[in-house]
Amino acid sequence: MMRFSTLVKHPADWMVGRDADDGVVLTSRIRLARNLDGVSFPGWATKEQRIETLGTLRPAVEGLDCMKEPFSQELEDLSSVQKQVLVERHLISREHAARSEGSAAVIERRQSIAIMLNEEDHLRMQSIRPGLMLGDAYAAVSEVDDQLADQLEYAFDPELGYLTTCPTNLGTGLRGSAMLHLPGLVLSDQIGQVLQAVNKIGLAVRGIFGEGTESLGNLFQISNQSTLGESEETILRRLDRVISQVATHERNARDKLMEDDPDMVCDKIGRAYGVLRHAWVIDSKEALNHLSLLRLGGDLGFFDDEVVSLCDALLMDIQPAHLQMHKGGSLGPEERDAIRAEIVRSRLQCLGHPDSHTAKTRNGGEEPPPDLGIA
Amino acid sequence: MAGSCDYCDKEAKVHLTQLVGGQVKKVALCDSCAAEKGVTDPTGFALAALLGGESAPAPGPTPKPSSGGSRSCPGCGFTLDDLKRIRRFGCSRCYETFREEVSRMLSGMHKGVQHCGKVPEGLMEQFQRNKRLEDLRQRLEHAIDAENYEEAAGLRDEIRRLDSQEAEAGSD
Ligand SMILES: [Zn+2]
Ligand SMILES: [Zn+2]
Repeated sequence: MMRFSTLVKHPADWMVGRDADDGVVLTSRIRLARNLDGVSFPGWATKEQRIETLGTLRPAVEGLDCMKEPFSQELEDLSSVQKQVLVERHLISREHAARSEGSAAVIERRQSIAIMLNEEDHLRMQSIRPGLMLGDAYAAVSEVDDQLADQLEYAFDPELGYLTTCPTNLGTGLRGSAMLHLPGLVLSDQIGQVLQAVNKIGLAVRGIFGEGTESLGNLFQISNQSTLGESEETILRRLDRVISQVATHERNARDKLMEDDPDMVCDKIGRAYGVLRHAWVIDSKEALNHLSLLRLGGDLGFFDDEVVSLCDALLMDIQPAHLQMHKGGSLGPEERDAIRAEIVRSRLQCLGHPDSHTAKTRNGGEEPPPDLGIA
Repeated sequence: MAGSCDYCDKEAKVHLTQLVGGQVKKVALCDSCAAEKGVTDPTGFALAALLGGESAPAPGPTPKPSSGGSRSCPGCGFTLDDLKRIRRFGCSRCYETFREEVSRMLSGMHKGVQHCGKVPEGLMEQFQRNKRLEDLRQRLEHAIDAENYEEAAGLRDEIRRLDSQEAEAGSD
C-alpha cells in the first residue's frame, strides 16, 4: 500500500499537465453515489455494521483495475492534519474527514480516482480531470462503477434509480462540477449577473474559498443539483454547455478589460507580483487574491505559460493543513503567515517581471460579446 | 385561531395547512377527531389522505401506516420520526417503506421523478422487460376500451409470455 507521504509528495495529475485552454476551467470532477442493497446506510448503521460493510466494500474497491498499489487508509488511522490535507486536495469531503472507525479512503496513485467508503453513502467515487473534461471524467468513474456493480449488490429501483441516503442524490447519483477562475467577470462587475443566470438554469454555484458570498481568489464551482429524471448524458451536456458559456464570457471580459483599461490590469498584476515576490508575512486571503491576479497575468501573456500551473499548485500548498504538513508540526496563525510567504517567495523566485508588451489580446475584441442565452 | 372542527361542531384545536397537488389546503380538527384520524403530529401528517386521497396511495406491498410516526422500516428499524428529523433514510428498503413520503419529498426537488439514466448491468434486462410489460398492459387497456378484441387477445398472449420469462428468471 502507498504511504500518505508518497501520495501527497507530488501534485495530482489533474494539477499539472494541462491542455492549452486551462486559463478559465481548472478542473472537472464527477462523483457517483452508490449503496449496497438492504444494508443500513453509514449514518444510520451501528459501528459494528459499518465495520462489517467496510469489510465487503474495501476488497472490491482495492481490487479495481485502476487501483494498482493504491493509497488505502481507514480514517481512524489518519491524523487530523493528514485528513485535512486530503480535504484541501479535494480527495475526500469535509464530512468524510470527520469520520473515523468503519470509514476509509482509497485513492489511485495519481489522485485522479478517489473513492470514499462509508461516507454519507456506502460508496462515493470521484474522478478528477484537468480543464473542462466532464465526459472523460465520467467515462473513468463509470468504468469503476461497472466493475464494482459486478461484485457488489447495488441498491437500485427502476423508478428512483440508484438509492441514496439523501433523496437529493437519487436517480443517477451523479454530481458533476467544474472549478472556474473568473477574475475578468469579477473585475468588470459582471459576475453576479452571470452566476444568477447559471443558477436560474438549475445549477449550483459557490465560491471555492471564503465563507458566504465572499469568494477569495475568484474561484467558483458550478455543479448540477438535479440527479433524477434525466440521463447522465443530459445532465453533463447541460453542465458542459453552461460552463463553456461562462468561460467564453470570462474570456470576453478579460479581452475587454485589456482593451478598455490596460493600465488598471497591468497595475493589479504588477502589484500582485510585487507583493507575492517580496512579502514576508502573508495571510491566506491576501495570498489567494494576489495569486488569482498572477494567474490572470499568466493567462494574458504577462509571464511564461507555466505560471498558471505554478499558481494552481500554490493555491493548494498554502492552505493551512498543507503548511502544517510542510513544516511537520502544528503552527500558530503568525507562523503560518510567515511560512506561507516563504513558500510563495521560493516558488516564484525565478519568475521574471510582468511584461505588458507580451500580453496578448485574443480576438481583437472589436465586436461586443455575443449573447449566449444565459445572461 | 377560533372556529369549529371540520368533522363535528366542537372547537378546533389542530390546524393543518399543506400543499396538496400544488394547492394550499387547510383542515381544522378538534382534539378527539384529530386523535381518531391519527393526527398526532401535524407536521408529518399527509393532509391529502384526510382530504379524500388526492394523492394516490402507494401501490404494492408497502405496509399500511398504522398511525403518524410509529411506522418503521423492516430492513433497518428506521421510523417516520427519524425521517422527519434527519431528512435522510436508513437503508435502501426505507424507500419502499416510506414510498408515499418519498414522492412527497421529491416534488420539485429534481427535474423529474422517474429515473432514466444508467442501470446496473445485471438489472438491465429485467428493467427492460418490466418496461415492455408496462407498455403492453397499457396498449391492452386501450385495445379493450376501443373494443378491439383481436388486438387485445394478441397483447394478452405476449404479456403472458413475458410474465413466464420473468418467473423463470426469478427462480434462479
Ligand atoms: Zn371534531
Ligand atoms: Zn430501512
